[in-house]
Amino acid sequence: MPKRSDVKKVLVIGSGPIVIGQSAEFDYSGSQACASLRQEGVKVVVVNSNPATIQTDKEIADIVYIEPLRADFLERIIAKEKPDGIIATMGGQTGLNLAVELYEKGVLEKYGVELLGTGIEAIEKAEDRGKFRALMKEINEPIPDSIAANTVEEAEGFAKKHPFPLILRPAYTLGGTGGGIARNRPEFEALLELGFTLSPTHQILVEESVLGWGEFEYEMMRDKFDNCITICNMENVDPMGVHTGESVVVAPSQTLSDDEHQILRSAAIKIIRALGIEGGCNIQFALNQKTGEYIVVEVNPRLSRSSALASKATGYPIARVAAKIALGLGLHEIKNAVTKTTPAAFEPALDYCVVKIPRWPFDKIPESSRVIGTQMKSTGETMAIGRTFEEAFGKALRSVEMKKTKVEKQDWERHMTAPTDLRLYAILDALRAGWDRKKISEMTNIHLWFLDRFADYVDVERSLKREVFGREVLLEAKRMGYSDEQIAAVIGQEAEMVRQMRKKHGVLPVYKMVDTCAAEFEAKTPYYYSTYESENESVPSEKRKVLIIGSGPIRIGQGIEFDYCCCHAAFALREMGIESIMVNNNPETVSTDFDTSDRLYFEPLTYEDVMNIIEHERPEGVVVQFGGQTSINLAQKLSMNGVKILGTQMDGIDVAEDREKFKVLLHELGIRQPENGTATNLEEALAVAERIGYPIVVRPSYVIAGRGMMIVYDAAEMKKYIGEAVDVSEKKPVLIDKYIERAIECEIDGVADSEHLFVGGIMEHVERAGVHSGDANNVVPCVRLKKEVQKQILDFSEKIALALETVGAINIQYVVQDDVVFVLEANPRGSRTMPFLSKATGVPLVKLAMQVIMGKKLKDIGAGADMPKMNHYAVKGVVFPFLKLPGSDTVLGPEMKSTGESMGADEQFPRAFMKALLGANLKIPESGGVAISLKDGDKERAAPLAVALQKMGFDVYATPSTAMQLGKDIILLKKIDEGEPNILSEIKKGKIHLVFNTPKKGKVASTDGFRIRRACLEHGIPCITNFEACEALVSAIEHSHGKQQSLERVEDYGMAKKK
Amino acid sequence: MFLDLKNFLARGFSRHDGEKQALLVLSDGTVFPGRGFGASARKVGEAVFTTNMTGYEECLTDPSYAGQILTMTYPLIGNYGMSRDWCESSKMHVEGYVIRELCREPRHVKSGKSLQRRMEEEGVPGIWGLDTRAVVRKIRSSGVMPACIAVFDKGDGTAEKGEMLELAKKLDYSKINFVEKVSIGKATSFGRGRKRVVLIDYGVKMGIVREMNKRGVEVVVVPWNASAEEILAFSPKGIIACNGPGDPAMLMKQSDELKKLFHLPIFGICLGNQLLGQAAGAKTYKLKFGHRGGNHPVMDLREKKVIITTQNHGYAVDEKGLGKEWRVTHTNLTDGTVEGIAHKELPIFAVQYHPEANPGPCDSKYLFDRFVAMI
Repeated sequence: MPKRSDVKKVLVIGSGPIVIGQSAEFDYSGSQACASLRQEGVKVVVVNSNPATIQTDKEIADIVYIEPLRADFLERIIAKEKPDGIIATMGGQTGLNLAVELYEKGVLEKYGVELLGTGIEAIEKAEDRGKFRALMKEINEPIPDSIAANTVEEAEGFAKKHPFPLILRPAYTLGGTGGGIARNRPEFEALLELGFTLSPTHQILVEESVLGWGEFEYEMMRDKFDNCITICNMENVDPMGVHTGESVVVAPSQTLSDDEHQILRSAAIKIIRALGIEGGCNIQFALNQKTGEYIVVEVNPRLSRSSALASKATGYPIARVAAKIALGLGLHEIKNAVTKTTPAAFEPALDYCVVKIPRWPFDKIPESSRVIGTQMKSTGETMAIGRTFEEAFGKALRSVEMKKTKVEKQDWERHMTAPTDLRLYAILDALRAGWDRKKISEMTNIHLWFLDRFADYVDVERSLKREVFGREVLLEAKRMGYSDEQIAAVIGQEAEMVRQMRKKHGVLPVYKMVDTCAAEFEAKTPYYYSTYESENESVPSEKRKVLIIGSGPIRIGQGIEFDYCCCHAAFALREMGIESIMVNNNPETVSTDFDTSDRLYFEPLTYEDVMNIIEHERPEGVVVQFGGQTSINLAQKLSMNGVKILGTQMDGIDVAEDREKFKVLLHELGIRQPENGTATNLEEALAVAERIGYPIVVRPSYVIAGRGMMIVYDAAEMKKYIGEAVDVSEKKPVLIDKYIERAIECEIDGVADSEHLFVGGIMEHVERAGVHSGDANNVVPCVRLKKEVQKQILDFSEKIALALETVGAINIQYVVQDDVVFVLEANPRGSRTMPFLSKATGVPLVKLAMQVIMGKKLKDIGAGADMPKMNHYAVKGVVFPFLKLPGSDTVLGPEMKSTGESMGADEQFPRAFMKALLGANLKIPESGGVAISLKDGDKERAAPLAVALQKMGFDVYATPSTAMQLGKDIILLKKIDEGEPNILSEIKKGKIHLVFNTPKKGKVASTDGFRIRRACLEHGIPCITNFEACEALVSAIEHSHGKQQSLERVEDYGMAKKK
Repeated sequence: MFLDLKNFLARGFSRHDGEKQALLVLSDGTVFPGRGFGASARKVGEAVFTTNMTGYEECLTDPSYAGQILTMTYPLIGNYGMSRDWCESSKMHVEGYVIRELCREPRHVKSGKSLQRRMEEEGVPGIWGLDTRAVVRKIRSSGVMPACIAVFDKGDGTAEKGEMLELAKKLDYSKINFVEKVSIGKATSFGRGRKRVVLIDYGVKMGIVREMNKRGVEVVVVPWNASAEEILAFSPKGIIACNGPGDPAMLMKQSDELKKLFHLPIFGICLGNQLLGQAAGAKTYKLKFGHRGGNHPVMDLREKKVIITTQNHGYAVDEKGLGKEWRVTHTNLTDGTVEGIAHKELPIFAVQYHPEANPGPCDSKYLFDRFVAMI
C-alpha cells in the first residue's frame, strides 16, 4: 500500500516556549517528523512561537511561521497556506489542544484540512476523562473508580464514598498542572478550586488512589492497517504518586516477570486498538506487585516526553515513523532507519539498561517546596546507558550535574516519606549507614529490587576501602558506574592518579552501539555508549573530525538555546565536510538524535567521560563554546591535558570570567564598567559597598545565570545576604557591582575572527536594568537607544572581542544610563539569545561562528562590517515556571527564573511586543479590568497609563493612595486586609484581567504583593512587575486594539515595508 | 533504629568472594572467561542467543533449547527469581547458560528458589560477567557453532581450555536426536473437555497444552515416535505437532506418520511446522544464527497484517519443494523465510513461531481459537 498521494502539504504544530512539562522533546519529535514528511515529498509548514527550535529552521521546514500558538493565528495560517493535512500529535499538549479547538470551531472542515494520523475521535476518547472511562469499561480494562466532576458538588459526592487520599487531575492541562493528591479535606478543597480554574473545560477527574503501586509505561505504535507494536516499556523507580516526569525511570522494566509484562503489553495493544490511534501513544499502568492487580492510569494519544525517552533509549525513531504512518504508510512499509535493512515493524530489543533522572530548578527558586508529586516541577532530565542498572544509574547521577546533594541525617526519613528531589541522595546515605532496605522500601514504596541495586552501588565504596587497590577492584568499581573522581574521593587520592592507574592496568572503557536489535542485525548508525567490557565497537574514522560538547539536562539558565547552538555547530561541520562527534546526555533534545551529528556518544559530560572519548576518537579539536556552562567548565582541564580547544582560547575565556582581569582589560581599553569590587568576607563586602554606594548587585563568582544574585539596598540586607545566601571564602569571593538605576540594558551577539567582529544585532531590554537578561523581554533593533549610543556599543564590542582574542561566538551585555554606556559582562561563547537573533535577522550566527572556528575569515563568508539590516522589529518574550512551583514569587530580578522564550515580529515595536507576549501564552485582555498597585516612584509616572487604558474602555482599579496619582474614574479598592472589595476579591470574581504590580525595594517581598502575584498566577491573569514593561504593554494594547495582528512567514519579515 | 545488623555484616564481604570461575570456549577457538554460577560442570552444546528481555525461566525450561548453550542478549537476568508458574516443562533443558549480570537476590512475590540454586540442582553450568554482546556478535557474524562451557570448583580453567576446544569441535548438533531425549515416555492426558486432541510430543512447551485446556479441550500427549495407529486409537478430533529441538531432517519418519493423519485437522508449531513442511514435500535448511526472541515481525500474507511473534528455531522450511496443494501463509518480514504454511483444502496449518508465547507476546493466541473451531 503506497502512501497517500492526495497529501502534498502538511501543517505541523509545535509546542511553543519551553515550560515545565513541555520541553525540548517536542522540538526533537517535531523536527524528526518534518524531515520524515519531506523525505516522502510532502511540503511542510511549521508554526511555533519558540524561535529557539530546530523545527523552525528553514533547513527543516519548507515554510515557517513563528507566531503565537492560538486558534485565531492558526486559522489565518491555514487560510493562507491551504495545507491538505495537519499533524497535531508532535506539538505536545499544546499542539493537541489546538487541533481539537480548530476542529471544534469548524476551521478544519471550512478549509478542507484533514487531521492526519491519530484522528479527533481517538484524541477525544483518550483525553476526555468521561469518554476514556466509558471506553475502558467497554473493553474491560480496569480503571480506578473515579468521576469526571464538572461541579464542586459532584466532586464532593465522590469524596463521601471514597476515603482519602484522592487524586485530582484537571482535564486538558499539561504536565499535570494543578493536579495533586488530597490527603485530607482542606487539601481536597484547595485542589478543587485550583483545578476548576486551570482546566480549560472546567472538569476535574477525582480518582481513588493507587499510591505506592508500581508505575509502568508502554510506548506504543499503530498504523492504519491495525499493526501494533511496543517500542519500549519503562518502569518508574518512584511509585505511583510521583509523576512519571518526576520519577527516576528505567528501561526496560526490571521487576516484571514475563507474564506480567505480557499482560500489560496485551492490555496496551487492546487499548491502542480501541482508541484507533494512528501513530504513537503512551499508556501508563499502575501495578500492585503484591497481588498482580493492575489498572490503566492514563493514555497520551500523541508523542510525549516518554516517547522521546523511549526513542533515545531504544534507538527507534518514533516521530519519524509516526509521521510516515500519518501519511498512510504501514509499519511494514517503513524501513528501520538505524539498521537500514530491517523493517520498522518490529519491537526493539535492548541489551543494556537505561536510567533517566530528572533535573529540578530548586537551586534557582529555593523558596519553592521541594516535595515532588503528581505535578511536574522538573525542567529537564538526563539519561544514561549502561550494561547494568548500577552502571547506568551511576552515569546518570553524574550527568544530572547536581552540586548540593548532601542531606543531613535527621532529614533522611523526611525526604523519603514525602519524597523530594533529594530522596535519592538520602536513600544512598541511609544505605551507606546500614539502614534496612525493607524499612526504606516501606517508607518510599520503592521496589526492593532497586534498593538492592542502590545498596550494591554504595557497597563499591566499601570494597574500594577494604581491598588492595588493584585491577580487579578498579574494574569492578568502573563496571558499577563509578567515576574516577568518586573512586579517588573514597581512597583519598587525586582523580588523575586513578586515571593513570586505570590506564596502567588497561581498565579502559569500550563503546557499544545502540542498534535497536541487541546486535542481532548489523546496524549502520553510530550511536554509542561506554561500558567496561572486552569488545569495542566504535571504530574511529580517518576523516577530519571535531568533537562538540553538549549542554546536558535542561535547567533554568541553560535551556534549549544551547542545544540549538550545538546542533547548528554539527550541521555547519557537516556542510564543511568535517565529521562531527556529539557528546551529550539529554534524551529530550535534537542534539542527541542519531542523525544530527555524524557520531553520537550518549555520555555524562565530565572531564573523565569526555576525555575517554577524545582519546578514543582523536579529533583535531573540541568545540566548547556552545554547550553553556557545562562545556565551558570542562575547557580548562581539557586544555591543560593537551586537548586542542577550537575557537576562543582558555586565556580569553578566563579573562572574561575573572572579574579582576576583566576590570584591568576594560581599563586598558578605556571602557566604562559599573563601579565594582570583590569581597571575601562580610567586612570587606560592607566596605566595598560603602565605597561604591547602595544599591548594589551582589553575586558569587563563576555561576550560571545569576544564581544567588541579588540587588541589595542597604547594609542590613548585605549582612543577611552574606550570612544566609552564599558561602564566602578566599576561594569563593562575592562580586559587588554598582546597580545602575533607571537605565536601559542591552546586549549583543556576534561572531569574531581575530581581525573583526560581526554583530548580529543589539538587543534592547524592555524592562529597566536589573532584570536578568534571560528574563527580560528583548527587542531588536533598538527602540530607545540613540544611534550614537549604538555606534559606541558596536565600537566597544569589537574592542572587547578582539582583546579577548575571540574566535567564534561572543555575547556582551551593557547598561546605558543617560546615554553613557557601561559594560556589564562579556562571554566569549554561544549565548541564550543566539537562536532568537538568528531567527530575527535571518543570519545563521552559529554557522558563521563554526566556520570561523574552523579557520575561515568573516569577510570570506559574507559577514560584512555592518549589522544585518532589519525592516521589522522582533521581540523575545519569556515564560516562567511559577505556576508549577507553589510558593515561588513572580517578581523578577538579577537571578534568572524563566524556562523558555517566544518571539513576536512586526513592523511596529508595540505590535511585535504584543505578539511576543501572546506567544509566551499570556492572556492579554482587550477589555475588562486592570488593577494597578505600584511602588512609590512608579505611581507618580502611571497616570498616562491609566488614561490610555480608560480611553480603550478598560476599567482601572486601585487603592485610594494609588488612585490619587492615577487620575479620574478609578474604581477604588480596599487594602487586602481591610475588607472587600479588594484586589483579591475582585480577581476571584473575575472582574480583573490584568494587574500591574511593581514590588517594593529589596527581596523582602511584601506579603500583600506576594499574595496578589500568586492570585494572578493561579487565575491565569498576566501580572506585570516592572514599570517599563507596563508602559510597553499599554502601548502594545493601544497599537493592537481593534486591529488584526500581522502574520508572516519568517522569510518575509519586513518584506512588505521594503516594497 | 533501622539498622539491620545481619544484613550489614553480611554485606561487609565482597559480592564476589569465594566465587567460582568459568569458561565459554567456542569451536572457532574464541575463549570467554567469566564468573561461574549454577552447577560446577562441563557441557557441550550449540551456542545460540535469544533477544527475549524477560522470560528467562520459560527459556531455560523450553525443551527446544536441548543441546544448546544459550546466551541472553539482555544483560540483567534473575531479577524476579524462579517460580513453578513460569515453567514450560518439568526441568531445564539448556546445556549451559550465558548471561551478563546475575541477580542473586531475586525480588518477586512468586519467587521461590533463585536462578543459581535451581541451575545447581539441575546440573546446569552458567557463566556471567563476560561481554555477552561480543558473544552475540560472534554468533551473528560466524553463525551458530558448537561450544563448551565449564564452571570450575577450583582455578580458572586455563589448563582445560585445549580440552574444551576439542570437545566443542567434536560436537555435531545436527546428528543428535534431541527429540528422543526430551519427549514424554508414555501417553498422558491433560485436562478435560468435550473434545480431545492428540499432541505429538517432540519437546512440548506446556504453554501449548494449557492454551488448549483453557479452551475446554483435552490434550493427550503421546511420545514423539507414536505411530498414526497409536494416535488414532485415542479418537482425537485433531492433532497438534508441537515444537522441539534439533534438525527436522532427522525426523523424516515422523513427517511420514503425520501424512497418515491428514484426514484430521492438524496444527503445527515450530518443529511441527517443519515436519509438516517435510510431509508436504519441502526440505528444511539451517539458518545462519536462527530466530530466537520475542520481537520477530511476521507477515500474515492472507490478512496483510504484521504480527509480533516469539520465535525459537534454527531451521526453516524451504518453500521450493512444497506440494501444489500447499501454500505459504506467513513469512518473516526481516529475512523473508517461511513462517507458516497451510493446506489449500484440508484443515491443516502450521506456524514456525510460538503462538503460546511464554515468553513473549501473546498476539498470536487467536490461532488456538482458530484450531479449536476446526475440530
